[in-house]
Amino acid sequence: MNVLVLGIGNILLSDEGAGVRAVEEFRNRYDCPDTVEIVDGGTVGFELLPYFEDRSHILILDAVNTGNKPGTIVRIDDPPAFLQKKISPHQIGLADVMGIAVITDNMPQNIALFGIEPKELSIGLELSPEVARNLSQLVDMVVEELKAIGIKVQAKNQQF
Amino acid sequence: MNLEVPLNAQYIRNIITGAQGIQDHIVHFYHLSALDWVDIVSALKADVKATVKLANKLSPWPDNGFNELKAAQQRLKTLVDSGQLGVFSSGYWGHPAMKLPPEVNLLAAHHFLQALEYQRNINKVVAILGSKTPNIQNLAVGGVANPIDPDSQSTLTVERLYYIKTLIDEIGDFIKNVYMVDVAAVGALYPDWTTYGAGVTNYLSVPTMPLDPAGTKFALPGGYIPGDISKFKPITSFNDEYFEKNVKESIKHSWYKGDWDRHPYEEETVPDYSEYDDKGKYSWVKSPTFEGEHAQVGPLANVLCMYASGHKPTQKYTKILLDTANGVLSLVGSKTRVSINSLHSTIGRIAARSVRTAVLHDELINQWQLLVDNIGKGDYKTFNKPVFPKGEQRGFGFHEAPRGMLSHWVVIQDGKIKNYQCVVPSTWNAGPRNSKDALGPYEASLIGNPIADPDKPLEVLRTVHSFDPCIACAVHMVDSKRKEIVNIRAF
Repeated sequence: MNVLVLGIGNILLSDEGAGVRAVEEFRNRYDCPDTVEIVDGGTVGFELLPYFEDRSHILILDAVNTGNKPGTIVRIDDPPAFLQKKISPHQIGLADVMGIAVITDNMPQNIALFGIEPKELSIGLELSPEVARNLSQLVDMVVEELKAIGIKVQAKNQQF
Repeated sequence: MNLEVPLNAQYIRNIITGAQGIQDHIVHFYHLSALDWVDIVSALKADVKATVKLANKLSPWPDNGFNELKAAQQRLKTLVDSGQLGVFSSGYWGHPAMKLPPEVNLLAAHHFLQALEYQRNINKVVAILGSKTPNIQNLAVGGVANPIDPDSQSTLTVERLYYIKTLIDEIGDFIKNVYMVDVAAVGALYPDWTTYGAGVTNYLSVPTMPLDPAGTKFALPGGYIPGDISKFKPITSFNDEYFEKNVKESIKHSWYKGDWDRHPYEEETVPDYSEYDDKGKYSWVKSPTFEGEHAQVGPLANVLCMYASGHKPTQKYTKILLDTANGVLSLVGSKTRVSINSLHSTIGRIAARSVRTAVLHDELINQWQLLVDNIGKGDYKTFNKPVFPKGEQRGFGFHEAPRGMLSHWVVIQDGKIKNYQCVVPSTWNAGPRNSKDALGPYEASLIGNPIADPDKPLEVLRTVHSFDPCIACAVHMVDSKRKEIVNIRAF
């Protein structure tokens, strides 16, 4: 078992950074065994490729535009099929990284994308209230998924 | 501030500059622009034996064997058969402007896959020295945050330095026997593209890789070519007055408040969006000028300026590239020949990038040696503490980045930033018309480009991609509606 939990996004553009905010929250709330690596992928592209190698499972957290209400959480089970359209002329996006992982045989059997519908994409470090409210649900979904594949995460003793 | 930067810090910065440039240029060619010229689907039709024969004629590269090429073709076949083209899904396969024979397409696709590995390894150099890539974390005003201490394991050790040397050495053959050869072959097989896309032929480039603490001597020269290469004027130091005085930006056609031509120290950036109006304001990009005119920046500008200044390695690799291209032309029975003038073109920008990569590689080996020799002399210094003087200070910094000349301009009042303006490479190239309504490099380079199919303007992409644009990297959201987001209007 070798699992990657990857948050993607730009935290300077409010809800664009929801995936990164979610991995931050996950890291703050839970202790994971060594078989799980948590990565803040930020806005990098190609540099993510080595993180895809030799994984049994990859869980990606990202802002996803589904046209639903802001804060809606979705699960997408075949992200490479889903991300067929290239959207950026130079920056290699997540879709390209996965595309390349496919042709270089670095794509794990199990890969899923957990997304949250954004509201605000303007410059700002804060999430919109709708997304902030549901972010912990996204984290809970990741915890459930890890449990389902047989990985136990431990809630941290939070001191306030 | 007259702040000096320790020699070790200069060399470490220079090694990062070289490694980053190499990685960026290889990715630009194979992964971001080659698919405008190479038809991946056509590679399935290639005769593998004929491909091996062709590869051996072009280059001594050892990894062009039958089994390797067969495996690459099989890999592509699996991908195409699956119906999910993934990374190749947005290509214009079968487009009438795609002209390469299937064997060349297969060879290029094979190198596309190999290049993934090479770009990744050279990027490790950036990561080791810069802690992170692409946004390095080791730069400091006055030096770098890389302590050197031969008695400590937690600093830049000899073992790390030799690992960097290994990474540098192992990419050399790929650059010279694969990348440069592929570029020359693609250029030779699209000879008409050496006649399109010249656009603005004023070229601006700055010297890079300083060799002394004060930044007055450089490994790689820079300067300005005002249209004619024989009129080259050098830019010689980080305090170069000729450069400092002659940069301006216009916002006549940009969505910023007002209508002026100003020097970066005097500028402001106040967004003021109005309707798209191709006679008025129509762009978020400002319009920079040098000596009152548009200038093209990027590897082509850099290579032409280095060539004009008499830089020997640049002249050597330019000749190798042109000779290789002419060899391919004679191999296919063409009477066309290319010369240095062919570089003023869409394919020229792509070709110059490979020449620059070879030049950077040679210089990278040199910079590594300079660093190791200097440490060997017992100099471990990497940082001089800066002191910000009182009163108003003005200053600028420039850098020859992978996409071209970059400059930052700052006004500091009593230790606080009063004005900060960045004039970046893609602004020089993508800028709209200036205050005299002259066309910027992108716009000018598209005039005369043929378009075979207005609904699929592949040829426009070829020319725009040849500049290595940096204009859409802020949004990374997934769109589940999978609609065509990129909408390009043919004109």
